Amino acid sequence: MPVWTLFGLMRGSATTDWPAGEDDGQKNALGMPRYHPEKCEAGCRECVAVCLSGALTLMHGGEARLNVDYGRCVVCQLCVEVCPTGALETSNDWAFAAHERDDLRWKQALQSPEAAIVKSRIEGAFKRSLHIRHVDAGSCNGCESELQALNNPFYNLHRLGIFFTPSPRFADVLLVTGTVTYAMRDALLATYEAMPEPKWVMAMGTCAISGGVAAGGYSSGHGLEGLLPVDVYLPGCPPNPAAIIHALLVLLERASPRVSDGHHMDINRHE
Amino acid sequence: MKGALEIRLAPAELQSACEALLQDGGRMQMAWAWVPSPGGIEVCYLATQDAQQSFVLWRCSATDRSLPSLAGIAPLLGWYEREITDLFGVSFTGHPEPYPLVLQEGARPIKPPLDPAYPGDTAMPFKRQPARIPEVLGDDVQALPFGPVRADVMESAQFLFFYLGEHILHYQPRLFFKHRGMEKRFEGLEPALGVVLAERVSGVGSFAHALAYCQAIESACDCVIPPRAEWARTLLAEFERLYNHLHYFGHLADTTTLKVANVEGKLLEERVKQINARLCGSRLLRNLLRPGGLRRDVNVYTGLSEELQKLHLDISRYLGQLSRTAGYLDRLIDTGVLNRRIAFDQGATGPVERASGLDRDLRRDHPYAAYGNVQLQVPVREIGDANARAEVRAEEIGASMALIARLLADVRHGALCGSCMPLPNVEGLGWCESPRGALYYAVHFDEAGKLRRVKIKSPSFSNWRVFPYTVHDSNMMDYAINEASFGLSIAGCDR
Repeated sequence: MPVWTLFGLMRGSATTDWPAGEDDGQKNALGMPRYHPEKCEAGCRECVAVCLSGALTLMHGGEARLNVDYGRCVVCQLCVEVCPTGALETSNDWAFAAHERDDLRWKQALQSPEAAIVKSRIEGAFKRSLHIRHVDAGSCNGCESELQALNNPFYNLHRLGIFFTPSPRFADVLLVTGTVTYAMRDALLATYEAMPEPKWVMAMGTCAISGGVAAGGYSSGHGLEGLLPVDVYLPGCPPNPAAIIHALLVLLERASPRVSDGHHMDINRHE
Repeated sequence: MKGALEIRLAPAELQSACEALLQDGGRMQMAWAWVPSPGGIEVCYLATQDAQQSFVLWRCSATDRSLPSLAGIAPLLGWYEREITDLFGVSFTGHPEPYPLVLQEGARPIKPPLDPAYPGDTAMPFKRQPARIPEVLGDDVQALPFGPVRADVMESAQFLFFYLGEHILHYQPRLFFKHRGMEKRFEGLEPALGVVLAERVSGVGSFAHALAYCQAIESACDCVIPPRAEWARTLLAEFERLYNHLHYFGHLADTTTLKVANVEGKLLEERVKQINARLCGSRLLRNLLRPGGLRRDVNVYTGLSEELQKLHLDISRYLGQLSRTAGYLDRLIDTGVLNRRIAFDQGATGPVERASGLDRDLRRDHPYAAYGNVQLQVPVREIGDANARAEVRAEEIGASMALIARLLADVRHGALCGSCMPLPNVEGLGWCESPRGALYYAVHFDEAGKLRRVKIKSPSFSNWRVFPYTVHDSNMMDYAINEASFGLSIAGCDR
């Protein structure tokens, strides 16, 4: 055992100081495709035809031709590849946490200019520290893989005062992944019920928001839609650990959402 | 079906054919059902004879929705038959465990859910009923149901222990809480779009699933894959093995309470995931494959080889230190012994079967992508304990690093994707050796060249069936270590 202590000391610190510093560890990681409606051509439906999870649908009337719902996007990039005009473009916009479900739907004009300034909704007691109870309600294990990464030395979630707790009795936030299958529904609701007030809910990954590519059907659900009140939505398939950290800080109001009305504010990342 | 030799059998011939297969040293790989035309139903059995001989496919009509069970002859078929009963309503006479498997007790689908006649958007009525569990009698026997919501960040499943003091008398995992009906979702899709679904069946096996799926489509449609794509597929498949195996050691060290070794393993995994993102834009190696080849090129960036050399050195130091830690070895040696006979009969696959003396690896025995052109070291152990399972994976990490280095020294260039047009009424089998073992996709096309039926056999479906045999009669203190030593995933098993 002392050998391992020495081993650990000799390896030194591996932890990023993100979000204070620049190194988020996500070089080249693709995020949500960006939409440029001015390049979108009438009569074209290439992207809609390949969008398996229904994030892109044709709009009837209005300035833009597409309804873009990032709460359904699984980041597969097929729309970007088939788009003949570049109206959909790859991006590194993965820090996509939002308080309102509607902020994940693209709109021509930013309807709320001060959308980035969110009203205070978190009790003062939670501002610094947070205890999370995670429930896998029917995921592909991709979200779990990235959640487990939060405690590796690179992200070292504990440095931010955020912890996973085994018991819902000690939890401040219920972090849900997966589509909410028929068999997990009662266990998920029982976990929520077992948490003391005040309590918050985070829907992590596109499945937990809308069901993603596995929405509905004989055994799968539509995520938390109509099931539990959600305080932070984080779409992604899966969201990377830096995006999860950002979303948790958004919940704590220690960071601002970068997404408003489907527009991502931070466009300069990694050039 | 392309990719396998076909034999058509009558229901009455199944049992004798199965006995003959086993006598000749063959082994069942999987079974599935499909509906070739409304009202008809066919059950397919995939078998291997000796290693390196082609796959054999038996087809048997089950028009009256009943077949003789083969589970008494080839026990590993027990789960496949129960799944077919749940999802297709075919009963298997003489089945030793005639209970629901994939569907929970209390699920009442209006029709068999995988029959195309079952509408794709209709939820099953469900009213939870008590699970069927064995009766364990005795004054001091305690029953501990654990899950489906477990401690820490874990996949959902329920584990039932009957124990006396520290001693486990009986253990029963209850899985399929996460059953999302993924196979149903392929129904009616364009084959090119199915890859997005396949990537989301098991997140930590995203690349293997996409690869096996694409290869099934390519086999069905006689597509030719350009060398650059075969090269990149082989490269990325090894990166998937690498990050999964490193995660495995971090987790295994955690269960043996080595905190530094836990985080070091997870940090090494993180380094590979960051390389994955730089190579293809996705930490889980998603969104790159398509039937015919690749959607985009792999970004083999400057400095990659040097980065990998440094990583290799750090991995060797880490695994070397683990193999010299007495407290870690003490907990693994003799823990959870899986003997060769049970491993074979119950269908163990991947590092788990190789640790129990079964020398099988699809990369070598049934080569795909560029594996036919490379020499591959396949580590095998005979003992079958937790330590053997860890040693097999440790050696596989070394073999993967060596293979990646060779691939990077011999880069193939050229086209990314060949033509791969869907054909009507074709069928294909695709496979790959995922980090956890044998993964199969069987695809059946309809008359319009769209997908009629896709069957997915994930390695964890096989290994979850085997795992309880190493838990009965062991002790509670070793449970977590033993489970970690199997390296199981639940999403792939549940689908």
